[in-house]
Parts: sequence; C-alpha cells; structure tokens
Amino acid sequence: MSAVNINSGDELRELYRELILDHARNPRHFGKLEDATHSAEGINPLCGDKLKLYLRLDAGHRIEDAAFEGSGCAISVASASLLTDTVIGLDVPGAMSYFTAITRRMTDVESTEEVLDLDKLLALEGVREFPSRIKCATLAWHALKSALLSHTSPVTTE
Amino acid sequence: MTQLQHSESNIESIESCRDDFPALHQDIHGHSIVYLDSAASAQQPLSVINAVADYHRHDHANVHRGVHTLSHRATEAYEGARDKIQAFINAASRREIIFTSGTTESVNLVAQSYCRPRVGRGDKILITHLEHHSNIVPWQLVCEQTGAELIVVPIDASGQLDLENFDEMLADSVRFVAIAHVSNALGTINPVKDIIAKAGQLGIPVLVDGAQGIPHMDVDVADLGCDFYAFSGHKMFGPTGVGVLYGRESLLNDMPPYQGGGDMILEVSFTGTTYNDLPYKFEAGTPNISGVIGLGAAVDYLQNVGLDRIARHEQELLTYMTNQLAEIKGIKLIGTAAHKASVQSFLIDDIHPHDLGTILDHQGVAVRTGHHCAMPVMEFYRIPGTTRASLALYNNFADIDRLVTALDKARRLFA
Ligand SMILES: Cc1ncc(COP(=O)(O)O)c(C=O)c1O
Repeated sequence: MSAVNINSGDELRELYRELILDHARNPRHFGKLEDATHSAEGINPLCGDKLKLYLRLDAGHRIEDAAFEGSGCAISVASASLLTDTVIGLDVPGAMSYFTAITRRMTDVESTEEVLDLDKLLALEGVREFPSRIKCATLAWHALKSALLSHTSPVTTE
Repeated sequence: MTQLQHSESNIESIESCRDDFPALHQDIHGHSIVYLDSAASAQQPLSVINAVADYHRHDHANVHRGVHTLSHRATEAYEGARDKIQAFINAASRREIIFTSGTTESVNLVAQSYCRPRVGRGDKILITHLEHHSNIVPWQLVCEQTGAELIVVPIDASGQLDLENFDEMLADSVRFVAIAHVSNALGTINPVKDIIAKAGQLGIPVLVDGAQGIPHMDVDVADLGCDFYAFSGHKMFGPTGVGVLYGRESLLNDMPPYQGGGDMILEVSFTGTTYNDLPYKFEAGTPNISGVIGLGAAVDYLQNVGLDRIARHEQELLTYMTNQLAEIKGIKLIGTAAHKASVQSFLIDDIHPHDLGTILDHQGVAVRTGHHCAMPVMEFYRIPGTTRASLALYNNFADIDRLVTALDKARRLFA
C-alpha cells in the first residue's frame, strides 16, 4: 500500500501507516477473555465505535493477559490491538503511565517530553493532524483506565 | 466570487444555483469543496444569509410586544415568514403554522401535547423501522409515561416499508401514527399519502416527519391529508435552530400548551391563566426571530428555483450517482428502494465508514458517516454504520465524479 501515491498529502499516509492497517486488519488479542478480572467498555457515540477491554490481573496486580472485542474504525481497533500488546506484563502503575503518556501525546501538541518509550505506539501519532480522530485513538486507553480503576459503567469519549 | 452578488436573481438554470451559496466556494485541504452532506444540514444561499444579517443590522427587536418601530418591523418580518410557510405547504390557515426549534421539538410537542393525554395501556403508537431517532424516542417517552405500546412497521432488504400486514397492524388498537416522509439514512420515499388515507379511514391521526421530505419535493399538507407535518429550517437551506410544526387547526385547538411562558398567554393572574390563540399558544417565550426570518427567505429561494425543477435535477443526479457507485468494486449500496430521494448510503470493502469519511474529507469531499441517528436501520442491516452521500439542488455531475475518484483513492490506500 505504501507504493500508492495519494496526492492529497502525506498526512493520510501518516494516519494510516502500515502498522496501523496491519493491526486494524489483524487485531491482536481479539476476543473475549473468559477469566478476566477487570473489564470496561468504551463507546465513541460520534462514530459508533464500541469496544470492550478485558484484563486478567494476578495476585500481584500484574496484567497477565488482555483482550478486546467490538467494532470500530481502523484507528480505534489498531489502537486497542496495540494497547493489548503493550500492557500485558505490566503492573497497574506501569499501565497507567502508558495511559497518561499516550493521551498526552495525542491531545497535547506541545508535549515533547518523553517519559516512556512509546515504541510502536508512536504509529498512532498520525491522528494529531486529524482532530476529529483523536478520540478514536484514545478510546481503548480510556477503557483501560476505567477497567483498572474498576469502573463498571461504560466510558464514552464525549 | 463575483457571481455571488446576484443572489436575488431569477434563477435561469439550476446549474447556476451553486453560485448563490458562498460556502460552496472554498477549498478544503487544498481541494475545492464537494458538499455531499445536505441531508445532515444544507448550506445557505446568500439571500438567506443576508436576510438574517439585515434583520440583525436594521430591524432587530422583540416581536409582539412593543409599540416602537423596530418591534413592529421585527413582528412584520416574523409573521410574514409564517404566511410564506403557510402558502408553501398549502396549509388552510396561518394559525396552523407553529414555529419550533426544529423537527425534534415539533415531534416532541405533538407527542406530549396531543398523544400523551390520549393514550394509555392497551393503546398502540405506530412508527416504522426506518425512523430517525427523533421520531422514535419521543414516542418511547410517551409509552413509558402512559403504558401505551410502540409498534414498528418492518422494512425489506431494499429499505422499503413492508406494508403486507399494515392494515391488520393499524386496525389493532393503534391510536397514533408517526412516519417519516423520506428516510434520512436510506433515502426511501414512503407512500405517506396512502398510509394517511388508511389511517384516516380508521380515524387515526398521522404525524409526518418531513425533515427530509421538504427539501426535495413539493409538499402539500392538504393533498397529503396529514394531521401534523414537522420539518427543520437547516435542511431546507435555512438557519439552524428553527423549524415548523404544521398541525390541523381542530387538533391544535384541543391540545394543551407544550410550554408555558410569555407570548403564549392572553391574561395571567395567580388564580388562572388564559392561553393565547393559535399559533401563539404553542410559541412560549421570545422565539428565534432571526431564524424564522431566514427560514422565510429560504422558502422564497426554494420557490424561486422551483420544487419541480429541484426534484428533476436531483433525480438525474441520483441516477448518475447510483450508477457510478455501483461500478466501484467492493461497494455495497444500502437503501435501494424504487422511490428514493437523492441520498445514497453505502459500504466499501471492509473500510470502516469513519475511516472513509476522513479520507474523503482530505480530498475535499464532505460526506456523513456513522449510524445517521437511525440505529434500528443499522441493526436491520447488521452494520455499525454507513457512509452517506446526499445531494441537494446545488450539486452537479462533477461532484459525483469527485466522490468516485476519492473513493477509488480510499480503496487503494486500504488495499
Ligand atoms: C428524518 C429526520 N427526522 C428528524 C430529524 C431531526 O431534525 P432536527 O435535528 O433538525 O430536529 C432529522 C435530522 O437529521 C431527520 O433526518
């Protein structure tokens, strides 16, 4: 796909990077986690994105496993997929620090200070040029926060 | 931009209408705008923009309550718009034209003031599967409040009403019918006249949600025979925040006010209040004066262009768009009824509508994506949403070509 010449600027290709399209088409950890200890739903009423994030925490509050299900645009699905890849193996403060870093990175254009190595998650950065899509990229992360704080009601991006 | 000057023109050809709309003369992301989202909200011609601005510049004051000159001018303009709308939809009396904030408020007014006191347990309110949320939720509220039951006329795969069992449905305790003239998500034009006639034989009143009907066709409430017709200014090239409820006078007379306040009373004392006459009984508080004046200008504009001419132009465009879209590989057209307004929903491959919307926008093409406030329709097709291109009088064949080109690029980007 990167060979396609999209005349209308590079921002589109920046948004739909190969990694994003790959995760959107083949989301990792997709499905329901039967023995989840924590879960939360994320809803973006604007576009109808709806996903449910499952986490299984061990006795030491480490995320042993994560999964998600639902439907959404390429950005929200890829973001959720990348999220699950990222948080497995982290403890709660570690996962929360990713939440903070990602949401700041997406929404605060001024932010350059890097506390964390976001690595693959930087692929989501293309949304910064698309204000209407930032909520798609952060939806799963809000669900993560909500799940870790064990909110039971669905979070929305509104 | 020079063409924009002659907004008061007698429009010679429908193609020249585009010049009357300032918003259609700009670039979006470096491309001249292609506006295909008029079903959500239509652009405004200069005559409407000017009518509103002139009012604010020269004539603004409150209506119905001052002896001074500006109040008189504002009242004349406001009431003049009512007369225009009465003539436009062929209502029997200006008393039957109630200004509201839009279709949504018009429907809620009827639901609460007409329906709620008249239905109870065992009664049914009939809607259809293709309604906009604003013609579903107000009736659900009435059902919750009264114990009445909401029943839903099904649709078929093309997005047409399935009326096979309609007569039996109607005859079984239905006390009110609320139905869209045109579906916003699918474009289907419903056979409202037949439905109203059938309901009429059983003495069941009918509200038509005309939000998507009025911009596309000549609406004659006397000919339709409906009891209520609701529509919004912003979908017919007027301002937002203003709309109309047409109501049959005999029914309106029997309805209690929807809201209390100034303007809707004749006399207020603490022992009781006498309500004002129609239509003021339903217009509590200072109304959206500039909006109503803009709406009056929009009616002038539509009549100047001619509804017949608009309908013909849009049908030509719709046929072209449908054929062009059908050629695209991987496309699925949603809403293929035989009688349609110029709206087409579709899906392409497995590209999510929201992604498609962003990619089109980046090429200057504005479409609506999502569930279009018609979640039951999306549920019916088992899809989360669609991309919808909707056409108005100012669109042309080149717009459709631009849409097709933009969709092609989206497919390649996601290939
Ligand atoms: C068929 C239909 N009904 C009702 C509405 C609600 O109109 P408004 O939001 O202007 O009140 C719309 C607008 O989207 C519509 O398309």
